[in-house]
Amino acid sequence: MTESSEPTEQPLDLLYSETEDDLRAAVRALLADRAGPQTLLGRIETDSPYVPGLWKSLAGDIGAAGLLVPEKLGGQGASHREAAVVLEELGRAVTPLPYLTSAVVATETLLALAGEGEAAAGLLAELASGRRVAVLAVPLSTAPGAEFPLAESVAGVPDAAAADVFLVPRADGLYAVPAEEATVEPQTPLDLTRPLARVTTEGGSGTRLAGPDAARTAVRRGLLAGAGLLASEQLGLAEWCLEETVRYTRERHQFNRPVGSFQALKHRMAQLWLDLVGARAAARAAADALATGSADAPLTVAVAQAYCSKVAVRAAEECVQLHGGIGMTWEHPAHLALKRAKSDQIALGSAGRHQDAIACLVGLEPPA
Amino acid sequence: MTDAEELRVLTRKLLEEHPPATTDRTDFLRARFDAGLAWVHYPVGLGGLDAPRALQAVVDAELAAAGAPDNDPRKIGIGLGMAAPTVLAHGTDEVKRRFLRPLWVGEEVWCQLFSEPGAGSDLAALATRAVRDGEDWVVDGQKVWTSSAHTARWAILIARTDPDAPKHRGITYFVCDMTDPGVEVRPLRQITGEAEFNEVFLTGVRIPDAHRLGEVGDGWRVAQTTLMNERVSIGGARIPREGGMIGKVATTWRERPELRTHDLHRRLLDHWVDAEVARLAGERLRQQLVAGRPGPEGSAMKLAFARLNQVISGLEVELLGDEGLLYGEWEMRRPELVDFTGRDAGYRYLRSKGNSIEGGTSEVLLNIVAERVLGLPPEPRNDKDVAWKDLAR
Ligand SMILES: Cc1cc2nc3c(=O)[nH]c(=O)nc-3n(C[C@H](O)[C@H](O)[C@H](O)COP(=O)(O)OP(=O)(O)OC[C@H]3O[C@@H](n4cnc5c(N)ncnc54)[C@H](O)[C@@H]3O)c2cc1C
Repeated sequence: MTESSEPTEQPLDLLYSETEDDLRAAVRALLADRAGPQTLLGRIETDSPYVPGLWKSLAGDIGAAGLLVPEKLGGQGASHREAAVVLEELGRAVTPLPYLTSAVVATETLLALAGEGEAAAGLLAELASGRRVAVLAVPLSTAPGAEFPLAESVAGVPDAAAADVFLVPRADGLYAVPAEEATVEPQTPLDLTRPLARVTTEGGSGTRLAGPDAARTAVRRGLLAGAGLLASEQLGLAEWCLEETVRYTRERHQFNRPVGSFQALKHRMAQLWLDLVGARAAARAAADALATGSADAPLTVAVAQAYCSKVAVRAAEECVQLHGGIGMTWEHPAHLALKRAKSDQIALGSAGRHQDAIACLVGLEPPA
Repeated sequence: MTDAEELRVLTRKLLEEHPPATTDRTDFLRARFDAGLAWVHYPVGLGGLDAPRALQAVVDAELAAAGAPDNDPRKIGIGLGMAAPTVLAHGTDEVKRRFLRPLWVGEEVWCQLFSEPGAGSDLAALATRAVRDGEDWVVDGQKVWTSSAHTARWAILIARTDPDAPKHRGITYFVCDMTDPGVEVRPLRQITGEAEFNEVFLTGVRIPDAHRLGEVGDGWRVAQTTLMNERVSIGGARIPREGGMIGKVATTWRERPELRTHDLHRRLLDHWVDAEVARLAGERLRQQLVAGRPGPEGSAMKLAFARLNQVISGLEVELLGDEGLLYGEWEMRRPELVDFTGRDAGYRYLRSKGNSIEGGTSEVLLNIVAERVLGLPPEPRNDKDVAWKDLAR
């Protein structure tokens, strides 16, 4: 009932700082201006969902691409906490941008190699400025601790279409292969705002950045940061879904009442809000644990993924359902969110895989 | 304003002047109250120092390290969580001085005479009458599900003083003396076998007008202070990982490999994740409070913990298999404190069913979240402008 005694370890900082709020406002304004639902709906059936010039504005003008990169390596010297805020906004707007892939996964992978030589550091500076986009050539579904293919040809690579360079893990190490030297065959994705492709590179092509052991550690670190910050994308997406649903059901009348006044619906939306309170705490915890390099980061990330991916899917499904027929139409952006949420559930490890990781980390072993 | 360092100095001074090892428990607690270190955010003279609420942690940490006695918040939860903030906000100076010290020290236990057989979720429908008689009010009626009425010295009570007004407007808030001859407390046994709550019959109970909190007819507004604090006081505590109900199941899982099945493993992990996330959300809520930015997440925490306690304790009974078929004992006891996690898995399972009913049902809290947090339209109502006496019952 009252305050218990203080635990000894330093608790995670789960709030947003003023700087983070400012960054959020800037990103939100940019996306509202340039990447509203109608713009995205107009683009998803063209060759490329990416809004021209948007990456340059986000990466260059706002400086968002270099948040994870220290200033001496050409970045903003911020942290995962700020990058998480950017991802919340990108999730809210279901924005097609190679942010998670390039500014988080590839960047974090290269950060692990920054001491290994000039090639990695040079590339990192280019990613931080947004001049180039790099994509790790592993399937989108790869979990942080999982094995990944070391084949010449890898399917399910996200944002390959936007990549200038691929980070290709091979048996003898990690290579940076310019996109011109790779074959990119687009696949038809469930999530139209995050294109997938099969990427084929010839053995030996590109520049070697690290040997096999360093490469494995670096890729895992990249995927861990990706999984942890994906939770923030999922949080933002779920927030948008709930807000839109509340707005719509307040206005939509049936049976001579706003449908949002029916208790069966109110309770479902209240329950979603409750799930969001949890998702926000979990996503913030993961971002903060990554930012501080906490030894607890793998567990905190797994918890955030196991929780947030379910919440995002539930929010998007409820959004479609509570919009009724309109929710099923191509014109309404709810399907963009649903497709992103469902594909995010598989991205960077499914909830089940993350739960297995948790079982292992906290000593809740499965039956013999 | 008092800062952390000053509080540390004051706490050490208290410890020097009243060494816990050689001081009587009650004397120590009284001295602590008088030093303003009971609840530092309360006014000077009433157990506090007008300091920021967050700084209580500084005092608590110093005292815990020194092995000082605490006031056993579990025993006096209703007094601390609900009666005190209401007395503070709506009592006269005299009332505050009379009640707050023994309340905090734990010399006087409080209970809450709100619910009635015909008025639970719809609390404003209550029928217990209070009629003015000179300097007193005379109260007649029946209350129910009153936790700790059998140990309480005082009660917070709401009663109807104007049956001609619409139901929310004719209510007045009182402090009721549980030793008044008109008060009869009968144990009400609950599904655990224990009688933690009671029926309370009020017959010609005389309450001096000086024990009224707030204006006549304004009791509903006063009651909001109580109810808001009730929700915040549930779930605000800081707990370590695996600190709640989940810790019990996790321990059993680790120690008893023979009980494990794949189905239970999957569900255990689901609950483990949910419990960890609820813990983080609680921590986030606390950090918001400390930063002076309280959010509406208080009601969320109560909802989340109610559901978690129920599913986790249910899983625990299943996990125990043959042992889950047994129950500690059914003998009727009238416990001194409300125990959510004590005794055995069967008890925990049954007691947790109350978590989504006591202090406002989960359904009612979901309504509150939907309307006050999300801004969804209210239910259509037909009881707002009708005199209470004309409502169908
Ligand atoms: C263990 C325990 C301890 C308690 N201690 C105290 C105490 O110390 N003092 C005190 O005054 N009271 C106490 N209570 C009473 C408690 O506050 C009430 O039980 C509670 O408010 C619900 O009222 P009710 O029991 O009349 O249920 P009802 O209001 O009759 O509800 C029945 C069902 O209908 C649902 N319902 C009601 N209204 C709505 C609505 N508008 N929308 C949707 N669903 C609705 C409820 O959620 C519930 O499921 C205690 C209860 C318990 C279980």
